[in-house]
Amino acid sequence: MPMHIGEKDFKKRVTKGIQDDFMRGAVRSAQERLQNRRAAAAEELGDWEEWRTLGQQIRSHTVEHLDYYLHQLSEKVAELGGHVFFAETGEEANEYIKQVVQEKNAKKIAKSKSMVTEEISMNEALEGIGCEVIETDLGEYILQIDDHDPPSHIVAPALHKNKEQIRDVFKERLDYLKTEKPEELALFAREKLREEFLTADIGITGCNFAVAESGSFALVTNEGNARMVTALPKTQITVMGMERIVPGWEELDIVVSLLTRAAVGQKLTSYITALTGPKQIDEADGPEEFHLVIVDNGRSKILGTEFQEALHCIRCAACINVCPVYRHVGGHAYGSIYPGPIGAVLSPLLSDYDEYKELPYASSLCGACTEVCPVKIPLHEQLIMHRRKIVEDEKKSTLAERIAMRGFEQIVHSANLYRTATRMAPFLTTPFAKNNVITKGPGPIRNWTDTRDLPRPTKERFRDWFKNREKQGGAV
Amino acid sequence: MKGKIINRERFLTNVSSKIGGLTPEKSIEKPEWTVNPQHNVLKDFTQDQLVDVLKEQCQHIHTDFFQTTSDRLKDTLNDVLAQYATKSFIYSADERFQTYHLDDFFQSSVNEKRAIMEWDPEDRETSVSFAEKADAGITFSDMTLAESGTIVLFNGKGQGRSVSLLPRDYIAIVPKSTIVPRMTQATQYIHELVKTGKNIASCVNFITGPSNSADIEMNLVVGVHGPIQAAYIIVEDK
Ligand code: SF4
Repeated sequence: MPMHIGEKDFKKRVTKGIQDDFMRGAVRSAQERLQNRRAAAAEELGDWEEWRTLGQQIRSHTVEHLDYYLHQLSEKVAELGGHVFFAETGEEANEYIKQVVQEKNAKKIAKSKSMVTEEISMNEALEGIGCEVIETDLGEYILQIDDHDPPSHIVAPALHKNKEQIRDVFKERLDYLKTEKPEELALFAREKLREEFLTADIGITGCNFAVAESGSFALVTNEGNARMVTALPKTQITVMGMERIVPGWEELDIVVSLLTRAAVGQKLTSYITALTGPKQIDEADGPEEFHLVIVDNGRSKILGTEFQEALHCIRCAACINVCPVYRHVGGHAYGSIYPGPIGAVLSPLLSDYDEYKELPYASSLCGACTEVCPVKIPLHEQLIMHRRKIVEDEKKSTLAERIAMRGFEQIVHSANLYRTATRMAPFLTTPFAKNNVITKGPGPIRNWTDTRDLPRPTKERFRDWFKNREKQGGAV
Repeated sequence: MKGKIINRERFLTNVSSKIGGLTPEKSIEKPEWTVNPQHNVLKDFTQDQLVDVLKEQCQHIHTDFFQTTSDRLKDTLNDVLAQYATKSFIYSADERFQTYHLDDFFQSSVNEKRAIMEWDPEDRETSVSFAEKADAGITFSDMTLAESGTIVLFNGKGQGRSVSLLPRDYIAIVPKSTIVPRMTQATQYIHELVKTGKNIASCVNFITGPSNSADIEMNLVVGVHGPIQAAYIIVEDK
């Protein structure tokens, strides 16, 4: 799956999202659960802000010295007998991976969840040379079985599907006979995939964090599939985005603790698996051969720019889980495997404004994302910087281009979303409001207000808004 | 044998040019972080208090908790095996099984018609296929994290990766002295090994309860690819 997913036209994607009641119901309840769990886990620690500060310091130091740490990492991996391939583009990465696969004469590949391999369309590349690539993370497996339905969330990729839909997919494709109970569905997947783990020629994993000082890398999971993929096949390939690294084990502790809490509200997930090189001679299980592929694919374009902090991201999805726009339009509307606030920041950077010019406008700028980010990335400020750049480009552009740029208007044509967005951004619209009625609005609401006056949003902070909304039990 | 490193020069030159040209050869010092909240978690807790924290945490991670003395360990283990209706199990090649006199117990277990195997580092095929069919896998914990309820295994030679992964149930024996407050102590220990040039295990597993997934409507399902049930047996040190 390439980074870009779904319909090319942003308006159509958004409309499709808004009209999909099933999906929106699923997204709403998932967002709520995840948000509450994160908030409870943060509260329990007592000094969450200090943890965030430490996370921010670690991430910014690491990214500022990325060349040093990647060099150290590669030296250590090679010392342990592993091979390291530096890939500037997705194509380069895929070529190398294909080469390894062909050398091993491998046919069956078991894979654990990895966003970067989605980003570079690795599965397609391997299928192109006749390999079978099996996604083993439950969510990814469901999507793969369902004709490669794209993921809609970076932690819970099948979040847009409800259990009845999953049952139907299993029934249709795999002759599943049981009910929609999650336990039965999961047990079925366990049995199906067991055999695959045991017979796969190669295991491919992503990487949550590499550890430079020892050439290790850590996988943060719950299901156990990543452990299977790294214990059973004889050859292992790990693909990492070049910024997914920390200096040492002490820092690993912090980023993992932040990740598991921010992502799912767990103190630690069921499995944190830290792997260092291929298996040693006196060990029975584990891979005999290990390859690490470090991928740039547009990331270095971000280094040294005002967007560098976007590379601090630890992919916890907390920003996605609080985003009112995501709640409304769902993950697919973003047209990128990276949805939500971080997706709106990152997608135009990894690709370009031509492809993702609307995304920086798919935000109410309420700041909830920035508030929850465990490594303190100023997400909404980055979105404003994007908008500024787009406007600058727009000034230089032709009329036809300017018309095309206005695709984001669609998003505000949904009155519901307008209410959500504005309710949470009173500070933005206040100067434009007279007698609680907005006559001229900034950014995405400007064009809307051109045609009609809108009620002024009430002055509530996001948290208050969210609490009130919960109390009223009302939908947005 | 040293592995290959391909395309590094070009790749890192580009990265360096963006962030101010630090040369890979130039060593850098990690800064002193201004805050270190990780050291305050469960600070100054006694070993008994840590056991209490661990016990409480087990309830949140769907893990059965048992506590016993070294003399009674075999009885407790027997109870757990009975409770889980275990007909076969595999255990890691770890001398602590002898230290705690569990080898005798295993002998008597065989007499009760349980199929038993000790992980054999020399024989991948047999070990993996036995583990795959076994009802339970049993290991000692190398380090235990009270805060999160986590068993840390330094998977090397005898401590096969599959023992705690492939069987239906996972049973961890936790000597009380292995319990530390949180992940911080474990990562510090590993960091010290690295700093002093010692080898670290090729696979360090942090295991927190049975496997699970929330991929279907965010409903927690316990038992996906890894074990379906987990038990920790805390034992006074021998
Ligand atoms: S931007 Fe922050 S909150 Fe969003 S996924 Fe990345 S780390 Fe998490």
